[in-house]
Amino acid sequence: MLKYLLAKNEDIPAGSSAIYFGFSAIIWFVLGTGLGAFNASKLAFPDFVTGLEFVSFGHMRQVHVHAVIFGWISMAFAMAMMYITPALGNTKLWSEKLGIWNAFLWNVGLSLGLTVLWMGMTSGREYSDFPWFIDLYIAGFMALPLGINVWMTIINRRTQGIYTTNWFFAAATFMLIIVFIVGNLPEFFHLTGLTEAYLTWWFAHNVLGLWITPVAAAIAYYTIPKVTGNPLYSHRIGHLHFWSVVVFYSTPAAHHLMSAPLPEWLKSFASVEGVLILVPAIAFVSNILLTMQGKWNMFVENLEVRFTVTGCLMAIPLNMQGGFQQTRAINWYIHGTGWIVAHAHLALLGFSTFLEAAAVYLGLQTIMKRKLYSLTLGNVHFWMLLIGFTTYWVSMTIAGLIQGAGKIYEVPYIDVVIAEHPYMIARWIGGSMVFVGNCLWLYNMWMTARLGTLIPAGRMPHELAYER
Amino acid sequence: MNVNFREYKMGSRFFALALGGSMTITLLLPSFDIASVSATDIAMDKQLWAGHETGFSLDDPLLLGWHKPVKALIKTDPKTGQAMEPTSVYVYEKGAPFPGGILHPDNLGVVSKKLSLEVGRIAEASNKDGAVFLVSSNDQKQYFIENATATRGWTPEDTLKAAGDENVSHAGAGKTYFVREGCWWCHTLLPEQTQDWQVFGAPPMLGDFNGESPTAFGSDRKAPDLLHVGSRNASREWMMLHFFNPRLVQPHSIMPRFDYMWGPVDAKGVKIDYAKWRAEYNEYTEGKRVTPPEVPMYASNSEIRSLIDFVLTMK
Repeated sequence: MLKYLLAKNEDIPAGSSAIYFGFSAIIWFVLGTGLGAFNASKLAFPDFVTGLEFVSFGHMRQVHVHAVIFGWISMAFAMAMMYITPALGNTKLWSEKLGIWNAFLWNVGLSLGLTVLWMGMTSGREYSDFPWFIDLYIAGFMALPLGINVWMTIINRRTQGIYTTNWFFAAATFMLIIVFIVGNLPEFFHLTGLTEAYLTWWFAHNVLGLWITPVAAAIAYYTIPKVTGNPLYSHRIGHLHFWSVVVFYSTPAAHHLMSAPLPEWLKSFASVEGVLILVPAIAFVSNILLTMQGKWNMFVENLEVRFTVTGCLMAIPLNMQGGFQQTRAINWYIHGTGWIVAHAHLALLGFSTFLEAAAVYLGLQTIMKRKLYSLTLGNVHFWMLLIGFTTYWVSMTIAGLIQGAGKIYEVPYIDVVIAEHPYMIARWIGGSMVFVGNCLWLYNMWMTARLGTLIPAGRMPHELAYER
Repeated sequence: MNVNFREYKMGSRFFALALGGSMTITLLLPSFDIASVSATDIAMDKQLWAGHETGFSLDDPLLLGWHKPVKALIKTDPKTGQAMEPTSVYVYEKGAPFPGGILHPDNLGVVSKKLSLEVGRIAEASNKDGAVFLVSSNDQKQYFIENATATRGWTPEDTLKAAGDENVSHAGAGKTYFVREGCWWCHTLLPEQTQDWQVFGAPPMLGDFNGESPTAFGSDRKAPDLLHVGSRNASREWMMLHFFNPRLVQPHSIMPRFDYMWGPVDAKGVKIDYAKWRAEYNEYTEGKRVTPPEVPMYASNSEIRSLIDFVLTMK
C-alpha cells in the first residue's frame, strides 16, 4: 500500500484505500480488544502485572478506548465510505490517492496519539483525552480528508438522487469535524470550570451520537439491501431517521452530568431530548428489519446479514437503555456504575461493531474479488464476538446494579468491590473471547487476500459457495 | 464536473438550521448561565493551589508537575518575621503560570473581581517575578484573591523560607499526577446530589469549579469518591502504605500499586530495592512471614509526596 503514496492517482487500483483502511481497522481492533482484555484482567486480579508505570491500569484504560473508537470503529467507517460512497453514486472514488494518504496519516496520527496517551500526556478529559495538538491533527489530517473524499465523490456521482447511506456519510463526516473543533475548545482556549466539564460531555455525547451511531446505521442501510437484494423498506423512514438524529441526538449532552451543578433547565431539556432519541432508533431498527421481509433465511445462512441483523437487534436494548437511563428517575441509581460501562460496550462492541464487521467482511471480499477464506473461522468469529460480548454485558450490568444498590444505601465501598469480584472475572473472560475471535478474523482476512477463491466479474461474494 | 446538487439545496439549508439550532440551545444559551456564576471561596482555593492547567500544557507537557504553585501554611510574617495567625498562602515561583481567576478576573464574578482588583491588587502580579496569593474576605464575608506580594511585600522565596518544608503542600503537582496516573478512571470527584452525602460528603456547589481545568469529575466509579477524602482520612502514614501496596491496609482492594512513584531512593537517599520488597511481600501473602516488609519512607521531592499532599488537601 505504501508504494501508492507516491503513485499517480490514475495508476492506483480502485478500492486500494478501502483495503488499506479495512486491514488497518482489523489490526487496531485486535490491539484495542487485546488492551481491553488486559485492562479487565487488572480489575479482576490487581497484582497480575504490577509495579510498572506503563502497564498500570490508569495509563492503559484510555489507550483501549481510543484504539477501538478511532482505530477500529472510525477506520472501519472510513473503509466503508471508501467503497460504499462511490458504489452508490455509480462512480469512482474522487481520489484514491487522497484515500491512501488519509489511511496512512490516520495510522501515523493514531499511533502518535495513543503513544502520548500511554505516556500519561493527557488533557484529563474523558473521551477528549488526546492533548490539543493531536485533536487538531485528527480534525485536519484524519477527518477533513475523509470528508473531502466523501463529499466530492457524492458531488461527482452519476446518479440523480443521493441514497440514504450517503446522506449520513456526508453529514456525519461534517459533524465529526465540527464536534472535534467545538468540543475541544476548552483545550484550545483554556476554558475552565463548568464550561470545561460541560464541553467535555458535549464532545463525548456528540462523537457517539453524530459520528458513531449514524454512520453505523448508514452502513446497515447499504449492507442489508445489497446482500438480500430487497430494496430498502422505506426511504421516508430513512428521512425520519436522518432528521431526528440531527435534531434529537445532538442535544442531550447535559444528561451525562445529571448530578453536577449545571443549570436545571439544561438538565431537564437534555433529559427530554434524551428520551426522543427513541425516534431515530425505532425508525432505523424497523426500517432494517422490515427490509429483511422474505429473506429471513439469510439471517441464518449469510454471515454478513447475520452480523448486521444481530447488530440491529442489539440496537433495541441499547436505545431503550439510552433513552431512559438518563432520566432523573433512573439516572440517580445507575449513574457512574458498571451499568453504564455495559451500556457503552453495547453501543460500541454490540450494535456498532457488528454492523461494521459486516461491512468490512463484505467490502474486503468485494474489492479484492476474493471469497472469504473460511466460513468456519467466520462463524467462530461471530460466536466468539457474540458470546464474549454477552458475557461482558450481562456481568457488567449485574455489577452495575450491585454498585447502584451500594451507592444509594451507602454501603461501605469495599463491600461493593468484594461483591463485584466474580463479575470482574466474567468481564475479563468475555473480553478475552472477543480478543481471540478478532485474532482469528485477522488470520481469516489475511488468508482471504492470499488464497480466497476468485470472484468472477459481476458476481457478489455471497453468490459463491464457501470452500472451507 | 457534473454538479447535480440543486435538489439538495433545501436539505442543506435545513441541515444548517437544525444543527445550528441544536448548538444554539445546547452551547450558546447555557454559556450565559455558566458565565454568570461567581467563584466561591472553594473555587478560589482550588484554582490557586492547582495552578493554571493540570492536564497537558506547554508548561508541563509530560505531566511531570513542572511550574506548579505550592500551598503553604505560614505562622510568621515572611517579611518582618513577626509571629502571626497561621495563614494559608499560595506561592507561585518565577515562571509558574497563574490560574484562570488571576488571568481573567471575570471568572471570579462581579463582586470578587472588583475586590480582587481594587483591594487584592491581583493585576499587579507578574509571573516573571512570581507572586504570593491569599484568599481574603472583607467584613461582609465577600471573598477575593489578594496578591500578598503587592499588598504585604511577601516574596515567594521569603514565604517558602518562613513556612519550612513540612508546611508546604505540593497539591498542584499532586493533582497533575492524579490526572496522569488515571486515578480519576476509578475515583470520582463528584459526590452526587441525590445520595452520597453521608459517606462521601456534600456535593459541590455551583461556583466551586471556576478556574479549574480539568475538572476530572470521572464517570465510572469503581472506588470511593475523593472530593472530600482529606476530611475522612487525614493520616499520611495510612496513605503511604495504601499507595505503596493497597493490599497492606485493605486486603480486598483492587487498586494498582503506585510504588514506582517513590522513585529510585527513599527519604535517607538509600536505593529502594523493589525486587526484594516484592519477594518479601509474596512470602508474607504465602504465610511464610508474619509481617509484611516495611514500606520505605518517601523522599520529600518524590512524586508520591505530592500525590499524598493532593489527597490530603481534598477536604
